[in-house]
Amino acid sequence: MSDVVEKTLTALPGLFESQTGAAKITNRLRQLIKSITELTSKHEEENLIKRELSAIKEQVSSPNTTMKQMREIMVRAMYCEMLGYDASFTYIHAIKLAQQGGVLEKRVGYLAVSLFLNEGHELLLLLVNTVLKDLQSTNLIEVCMALTVVAQVFPKDMIPAVLPLVEDKLSHPKEIIRRKAVLALYKFYLIAPNQVQHIHAKFCKALSDKDPGVMASSLHIYLQLIRESPDSYKDLTGSFVTILKQVLGGKLPVDFNYHSVPAPWLQIQLLRILSLLGKEDQSTSELMYEVLDESLRRAEMNHNITYAILYECVKAVYTIHPKAELLEKAARCIGNFVLSPKINLKYLGLKALTYVVQHDAKLALQHQMTIIECLDHSDFTIKRETLELLFRITNAQNVTVIVEKMLDFLRSCNDEHTIIHLIGKVAELAEKFAPDNSWFIQTMNDVFSIGGDLLQQDVPNNFLRLLAEGSESKEEDDQLRLYAVESYLTVLKGHTSHLPQCFLQVMSWVLGEYAHLQESVDRREVIRLLTQLLDQRSVSSETRVWILSALTKIPEGQTDLILDLAESLSSSQDTVLRQQAQELRHLSQDSQLREWVLPRGAPWDGIEVDSSLSFLDGFVSEALAAGAAPYKPPHQRQEELCEDRALNLEPYSFSLPVSLSSCSITDRQSPTLLSVSSGLSGNSAELSQKAGSSTLILEGVKRVWGKDGYLPQKEATAPPVDEPSAAVQPASQQEAAERIEPRPEPSTQNQDKQQLASSLFVGLGVGSSVSLLGKSEAPPPRFRKKPRPHESSSSSGTSKRSSDSSSHSSRNTTDSFLYGSFPEEEPATSISTFDHTPKSTTANGLSQNKDTKEDRHANTSQILGGDMVIVRPSTIQDKHPPSVSSDLTALLPADLKDLPHSDVISLTSDPSLSLSSCRLFRDEALLLVIFISNCTETVIKDVAVQLTCEELKTASLRGNVMDCLEARSTSVCHYALLMDDPHTNVSLTGTVSYQTQPGHTNTLPFSGTLSTADFIRPLVVTTEEYGKLWLSLSHDVKQNLKLLTDAGDPLRTTLNALKDALQLHVVDIIGSEGIVACRLLSGAPCLLHCRVNGAALAMWLRSPHPALPDFILYHCQRALAHH
Amino acid sequence: MIKFLLMVNKQGQTRLSRYYEQVELGKRASLEADVVRGCLARRKEECSFVEFKDYKLVYRQYAALFIVVGITENENELSIYELVHNFVEVLDKYFSRVTLTAQDLPALHRQCLQLFQEPCSVRIHRFKVLPGQDAMIPGWWLGLGWVKDELGLGVFIKATH
Repeated sequence: MSDVVEKTLTALPGLFESQTGAAKITNRLRQLIKSITELTSKHEEENLIKRELSAIKEQVSSPNTTMKQMREIMVRAMYCEMLGYDASFTYIHAIKLAQQGGVLEKRVGYLAVSLFLNEGHELLLLLVNTVLKDLQSTNLIEVCMALTVVAQVFPKDMIPAVLPLVEDKLSHPKEIIRRKAVLALYKFYLIAPNQVQHIHAKFCKALSDKDPGVMASSLHIYLQLIRESPDSYKDLTGSFVTILKQVLGGKLPVDFNYHSVPAPWLQIQLLRILSLLGKEDQSTSELMYEVLDESLRRAEMNHNITYAILYECVKAVYTIHPKAELLEKAARCIGNFVLSPKINLKYLGLKALTYVVQHDAKLALQHQMTIIECLDHSDFTIKRETLELLFRITNAQNVTVIVEKMLDFLRSCNDEHTIIHLIGKVAELAEKFAPDNSWFIQTMNDVFSIGGDLLQQDVPNNFLRLLAEGSESKEEDDQLRLYAVESYLTVLKGHTSHLPQCFLQVMSWVLGEYAHLQESVDRREVIRLLTQLLDQRSVSSETRVWILSALTKIPEGQTDLILDLAESLSSSQDTVLRQQAQELRHLSQDSQLREWVLPRGAPWDGIEVDSSLSFLDGFVSEALAAGAAPYKPPHQRQEELCEDRALNLEPYSFSLPVSLSSCSITDRQSPTLLSVSSGLSGNSAELSQKAGSSTLILEGVKRVWGKDGYLPQKEATAPPVDEPSAAVQPASQQEAAERIEPRPEPSTQNQDKQQLASSLFVGLGVGSSVSLLGKSEAPPPRFRKKPRPHESSSSSGTSKRSSDSSSHSSRNTTDSFLYGSFPEEEPATSISTFDHTPKSTTANGLSQNKDTKEDRHANTSQILGGDMVIVRPSTIQDKHPPSVSSDLTALLPADLKDLPHSDVISLTSDPSLSLSSCRLFRDEALLLVIFISNCTETVIKDVAVQLTCEELKTASLRGNVMDCLEARSTSVCHYALLMDDPHTNVSLTGTVSYQTQPGHTNTLPFSGTLSTADFIRPLVVTTEEYGKLWLSLSHDVKQNLKLLTDAGDPLRTTLNALKDALQLHVVDIIGSEGIVACRLLSGAPCLLHCRVNGAALAMWLRSPHPALPDFILYHCQRALAHH
Repeated sequence: MIKFLLMVNKQGQTRLSRYYEQVELGKRASLEADVVRGCLARRKEECSFVEFKDYKLVYRQYAALFIVVGITENENELSIYELVHNFVEVLDKYFSRVTLTAQDLPALHRQCLQLFQEPCSVRIHRFKVLPGQDAMIPGWWLGLGWVKDELGLGVFIKATH
C-alpha cells in the first residue's frame, strides 16, 4: 500500500513539471552551491550569501513572482539559512506557500516551515488553519504533508484543535497515514502529555496494526510511556515478546532487512522496552528469557549492526531479573567486545562493562588487564570511558588510585565539559571514600585548583557544608578542620596569583571560621595572608567580599590591623566592599556587638532567616507612601522592556484572525504586557471590548486579572514578598544566608561511607577507615584491607587473599589497588556461595517456596494506598503473613506522630524480615518511614537499609544501620525525600542487608513508586498575596477539566475533592470562580485559577517552574476521574 | 535520542544540517565548526565516537565528506553508526535513480526525517526505478562531485569498502 503512495510522491516532479522548467529551477540553486564550493574563505562566502539573500528579498517582495518561482526561492533561502545566515524575512512566505500553493508548492512550504520555525514561534499560529484544512482534504498527499508537519512543529496550545482529526487518522485505510498519525500523537505526548491521555487505548491498536511500519512507530510512544510508569504496561510484555520473536524469525517483509539482519533498529527498540518492563520484576522477566536467549544466539553474524543489537541485549539481560544462564552468555559477549581489535567494539564493550559492574562487579575483575591497557590508550574517548568505568567500581580500598588516575587525566585534558563532568566525580569519590583527612583535603585542593572556576557551585558548597556540619565526633571534625587550615595556610604562603577564585573563596571561608583552632599560628599571620590577597589584581570583587567576611570573623585582639584595612578600603570604588569595610570597622571596635552578630560555635540550624524580609515592611510602606514605584520582579521588568513580544500566545477558542490583530494592538499600547494579556486571555469572547478599555489600566500591577475574575479591592500597601534591596539589607544578612545553606538534616560523613561501602559490595567486610592507603608508592601488601573487627571469619581469609592478589599484581601494582576488594577475593562470605549478584538471595528463596509461588505469581504487584504501587520482588511465605497493621504507626517517633501520614503498607518480606512503609507529609519534605520487623525468634544482626532514587534527593535521617534487631521486634528508619523538579511518578529502589548468622549476609530488595502528589503541599496565602504572586509568575497552562456535578455547589464540590486528593489550599471562592494555591514542598508555588464554564471547569495554572503546572494538572485530572 | 545530523566536508563547509531539537541560528555555526574540528582531529584508528559537550558525536567519513550525528548519552552508538551508513545507502539509491529537480533538497530532508526520527521503521528498498528517467548527478547537493562519474556517491562508496 505504502509503496503506491511513495511512488506517487516520487513521481510527482516528473508528472507535474516539464523537463526544461525543472532544469532551469535547479540551475539557480546549483549555481549557488557550485560557487560556494569553489570559495576559499569564510569572508567570500559571507559576501556571496549576502548578495544571494538580497536577491531573494527582492524577488519575494515583487508582486510578479509566481508560486512556482517562490518554491525555488524558498529552497535557496533554506540553503542560506542552513549555512547559518538569517533568512527570517522568508518565513512568512514559507507559510504563504504552504497555505496557497498547489501540492508541490505546499510540500516545499511545509518543509521550509518545519526547518525555519520552532515550537514557540508566533508565526506558527498562522499555519493552524492550513493544517486543519489539509487534514480534512481528500487528497492523500495533502493529509500526509499536514501530518508530517504536525509531527515536527506545532504550537502546544493549539493541539486540542487538531487532536480529533489526527485521532481519526489512526483508523485510516492507508498505512502511511496511520503511521504519520502515530508519530504526530507521539509528538503531542512529548510536548503536552496530559492532552493525549484519553487515547492510550488507541496506541494499543496501533501496536497491533497489521502493517509493521505502524507498529514500529507506536513503539516510540510505548518506550516513553513505559519509561515513565513501567507498572501500567506489564500486561503488554507478551505482545512485545511475540513481536520480537517474529522479527527474529524473519517474519517481516525483506524491505526491513539491513545487510540481511531483520529490522535491526526495531529489535533494539524492543529490547529497550523489554528491559524496562523486566526491571526488578521476576515474573515479567521470566516471560522474556527465551526471546533474549534467541536474540543472543541469532546475533552471531560478524557485522557491526549485530553487535549493536548484542550490546542492547546484554544491557537488557543485566537489567531484568537475573538468570544465571543468560548472564553467563552476556558476560561472554562483553568479553568479546572488550577484547576485540576493532576500536568501536572495544568502546562499546567498555560502555557495557560500565553498565554491568553496577550489577556484577566481578566482571570487571576478569577484564582488569584490558582495563589497565585502555587506561593508557592513545584514544581520548576510550580513556574517558575507562575512567567512567573505574568511577563505578570505586570503593574505599581503591579510591586513592582511581582518584589519582582521574586527576592525572584531568591535568592533561583541556576540554571544559570533560573537566566539569569528571572533577565533580572526583569530588564525589573523595567525599564518599576518603581514607583519611590529609588525603581528603589534598584531593579537594587538587579539585579546586584543576576545576577552578568551571566547577559547579555545589562542589564547594558541599565541601564547606561537610566541614561545617561535621560528624558525630567533634574531635574528628576539628582535626579535619585543623588540617584544612594548615593546608590552606601553606597554599597561601606560596604563589597565589594563579589560584582560581572559587578556591580562594573556600580558603578564606575556612580560615575565617576555623583559624582559631590552630593555636600555633599567629592570627596576625592569617590576617596578613588574607589581606595580601585583597591587594591582588586578579582577585574578583566577589572573592574580596568572601575575604572580608573571613576577616570579620577572625577574632578580637588585632584591632589595629583591621582598622588599617578598613581605612584603606573605605575609599574603594566598589560600594559593597566599602560597606563591608564599614561593618568590619564597627564590629572590630565593639566586641559585644560582634559576639551578638557572629556567635562562635553556634549550632548551624539555630539561625533563622526571615526570607520574606518582613522587618523591612515599615521602610517599604514609607517609601511607597512617599511616592516610590512598587517593586517589580526582574522578569516582569524585562518583559515590559521587550517590545518584540507583541503577540498574545494564549490559546484562542476559534476566532483566530480577529483576536490576533486586536491583541497585538492592545499590547503595543500597554506598558504592562502581562496584565493586559492576562486580562485578554481571561475571556476571549470579549476581546474587542477589552481592547477599548486597555488604556485605562496603565498601572498594570493594580489590576490583577481577568474581567470578572478576582480584582484586589484595596490598594496594596504591604511590600511584595520578594523585595530585594541589597543596599538596605543589614550586614548580617549575607552572613546569615551563607550559614543557613547547610540543611538541618545531619547526614554524617561516616554514615555515608559505611552506607556506600556496604551497598557497593554487599556482604564484604569493608573497614570504614583504611588509613594505610595514603600513598600509592607503598609496597602492595600494605594496601590490603584490614579485617573488619567483628567479622571473625574473614580474618582467616586474609592470607589467602593476599596471595591471590599478589599474583594479580605481578604485572602492575595498580591492579591490586584497583581490584583489591572484589568478591572473588573474599572467601567465606555468603555472596560467593550464591550467584554473583546481590539479588540472588531472592532467587534462592524463591526456589524453596516454589509451591506457594505458583498460586500467587500471577499478580505480584499490587496497587496500594493512593498512587503508591509496590512491587514485590519476592514472595511471602504463608506462615509469615505481612504484619501490616496500623499499630505500626504507634512506633513512629514522638516528634513525627502528629504529622499527616498515609496508611502503612507492606513493602516486601522474606522469612526473616518484613518491611512496611508509611509516608509522612512534612512541609519541607516527604518523610518515608520504613518499619523493619524481625519475624524470627532469633536476633538479626547488622541490618542496613539502602535507599536510592534517581529523581529525588534522599537523606537518611536515622536508623538505617542497626547492629542488631531483637526477635519479634520492629525497628524504624526514616528518610527525608526532596523533589526539586516535578516528575509524574518516581520509583524508589532499595535493599536491606542483614545477617541471620555471622558471616551470612542476606539482602532483601524492595521498591516502590511515589507520585508528585505526595510532594505537593498547601500554600497558605491571602487573596491579595495570591493576586500579586499570580502576576509575577511566568509559566502557565490552561485546560478544561471535568466538573463534579453530583452535589449542590459544583465548584465547591470539585475544589474540595481536589483539596482532599492533592492537599491544595483553597484561597477563596467568588461566584463562579475559585482560586487555589499549592507548592512543591517548600519550593516552587503553583497557583490555580478555576472558573466554571458550562459543564466544565476551566483551570488556569501558573508557576515559576515550567513543568510544574503540567504535573499538577495531570494529578487533578486523575483525582477527578477517580472521584 | 538523536539531536542533530550534519554533513560537512573536510573544509568545514556545512552541506546539510538537520536539527531535531531547537538550536538558535546564531549558535549553529559555532556548534558546527566545533563539531567538525572535533571529528577532523581524530585519526583513522581511533574510534568513531567523541564526547562533545552534552552530546556524544558519532561520525563516519565518506571520502571528503563527514556525516556526524549528535546523540544523547543513553543512545547506542554503534547502532547510530550503522544508521548513518544506511542513510548513505538510501541516498545513493535515491539520487542515482530519480531525476534531479528542485525537489531534491526536500527529498534529502525527508530522508533525514524518516531515518533519524523513526529509525526503527526504516525500509531500505523504497526507491523503485521509474521508467524513462535517467540516472543523473547524485551527489551535487552534498558537494561531493559535480558529475556522478567524477565523484559520485555510488563510486566512492565502492571505493571506501
